[in-house]
Amino acid sequence: MTTSKTESREKIQAFLDIAFKLLTRFFAFAVLALLAGIIIELFVGAMPSIKAFGWKFFTSSDWDPVNNKFGSVIQVYGTLVTSFIALLIGIPVSFGIALYLTELSPAWLKRPLGIAIELLAGIPSIIYGMWGLFVFAPKLSDNFQPWLIDHLGPLPGIGVLFQGAPMGIGMLTAGIILGVMIIPFIASVMRDVFEIVPPTLKESAYAVGCTTWEVVWNVVLPYTKIGVVGGIMLGLGRALGETMAVTFVIGNAQNLSFSLLDPGSSIASTLANEFNEAFGNLYTSSLIELGLIMFLITFIVLALSKLLLFKLGKMEGEKT
Amino acid sequence: MEAINSLKPKIEVHNLNFYYGKYHALRSINLSMPEKKVTAFIGPSGCGKSTLLRTMNCMYALYPNQKAVGEIMLDGENILDGKQDMNSLRAKIGMVFQKPTPFPMSIYDNIAFGVKLHEKLGRGDMDDRVEWALKKAALWDEVKDKLKQSGNSLSGGQQQRLCIARGIAVKPEVLLLDEPASALDPISTARIEELISELKEDYTIVIVTHNMQQAARVSDFTAYLYLGELIEFGETTSIFTTPKQKATEDYITGRFG
Repeated sequence: MTTSKTESREKIQAFLDIAFKLLTRFFAFAVLALLAGIIIELFVGAMPSIKAFGWKFFTSSDWDPVNNKFGSVIQVYGTLVTSFIALLIGIPVSFGIALYLTELSPAWLKRPLGIAIELLAGIPSIIYGMWGLFVFAPKLSDNFQPWLIDHLGPLPGIGVLFQGAPMGIGMLTAGIILGVMIIPFIASVMRDVFEIVPPTLKESAYAVGCTTWEVVWNVVLPYTKIGVVGGIMLGLGRALGETMAVTFVIGNAQNLSFSLLDPGSSIASTLANEFNEAFGNLYTSSLIELGLIMFLITFIVLALSKLLLFKLGKMEGEKT
Repeated sequence: MEAINSLKPKIEVHNLNFYYGKYHALRSINLSMPEKKVTAFIGPSGCGKSTLLRTMNCMYALYPNQKAVGEIMLDGENILDGKQDMNSLRAKIGMVFQKPTPFPMSIYDNIAFGVKLHEKLGRGDMDDRVEWALKKAALWDEVKDKLKQSGNSLSGGQQQRLCIARGIAVKPEVLLLDEPASALDPISTARIEELISELKEDYTIVIVTHNMQQAARVSDFTAYLYLGELIEFGETTSIFTTPKQKATEDYITGRFG
């Protein structure tokens, strides 16, 4: 009686185990299928444009719906430049925030500051866009941009980036807004990974006579590098794909200018602005190819971050 | 063995009280640790022995709600008065923790890192210093061919000796050992104990241990702490053979704790 009972229980358990395994496997493979599906769809959709322009799509800065000529240089430049500015601002500020929250802040301040950062992450991007357009851009055009044009514009080399009129909107403004937007993401990831560093590891570093800065730079950062790079990638991912806020402030001009002060376009802002009005097969298809390129950029960025981690790991000494 | 009064004290603790927030963890501790001797702190968990150790390099000062009141004199200077520079103080007082804590870098850099903070050495001098410290810690023969490998690739016992080497490399005067062998196997433990006996020729060593045999084997002086109070302090031989306090006797004979 008891034996048959345990036997049937064991059978049920074995069955449940298998069912559970199959179910989780299905979920995991669903991700792959989804990814493959999106890539294939993008390819199919972009086919007319790929056929028409070939590699020239990557090197041409034409974006001329009237004459049906399309190239991606303007949008790719806009996307990369704004994201780069965003990282330039976002990484150091986030690092400082995380450092303060985990190492220096008095205990009573940690929670309110942490909550404030999470709230900042929760603000819808359209709010950032409106704030950028109505509040931030005019301020920039009044004060900061004229200063840049006067002082950095005449410089050889980087002067190219600071030409033109101080219009407020443009790639620089978009980059700064993106920087503000990604700070909460990077900062909260950094704070979380800094907090998992074992106290005794930090104490050991203090015990050989390190200052707080030396502890963080030499011990905490290397120990948490995977998490930190992950946090930065999360921020970069958001910056690359952010649509609404960028569309508000980037200016949406389809002409190539290297100056950060000039209006430009990012891939996402072009898609948001033009998809509705795209006429004709080739126009739509070119927009889809832009989406495909964005996919590609994300992929390359991820690959580069893996490479970076691999290089950093080597610096730390080989593992046996 | 010489009587404690005839020895030059390296660290003197006067009337030390310690608080974790409102909790009174150490009560009026008075203690003198002689130079180039091994002093062991024993006592049951939570008695305050690690706390006492952590006041000696002001490690507690990293945590805002911990507070020490009293005096700890290192070579006659009070380290608790807030006038000392923490970083140079900690360079004088090395510490090794219960669990090995190699830094996330190569074996070589684990040693060189602390040295670089306090001294400017050329490449050759640094190589010599690293070799010297690793030899002192009896680790050189095992790692000399893989100095570029990660410190984390070593075994637990090797990692702990790496941490000791790291502590020695900055040429401290005092070594604080917080249960340095409690996470190690018996062979590694024996090596660490041998090492302690060798190191006391150059350093003043203070060791916290749960293991009474270990205290008896490695130390010259022993302090027994219970519930934040120093119950008895004296030469290790007399503490273990003829303790003056009943409480000490109960603890070391295993009737309690």
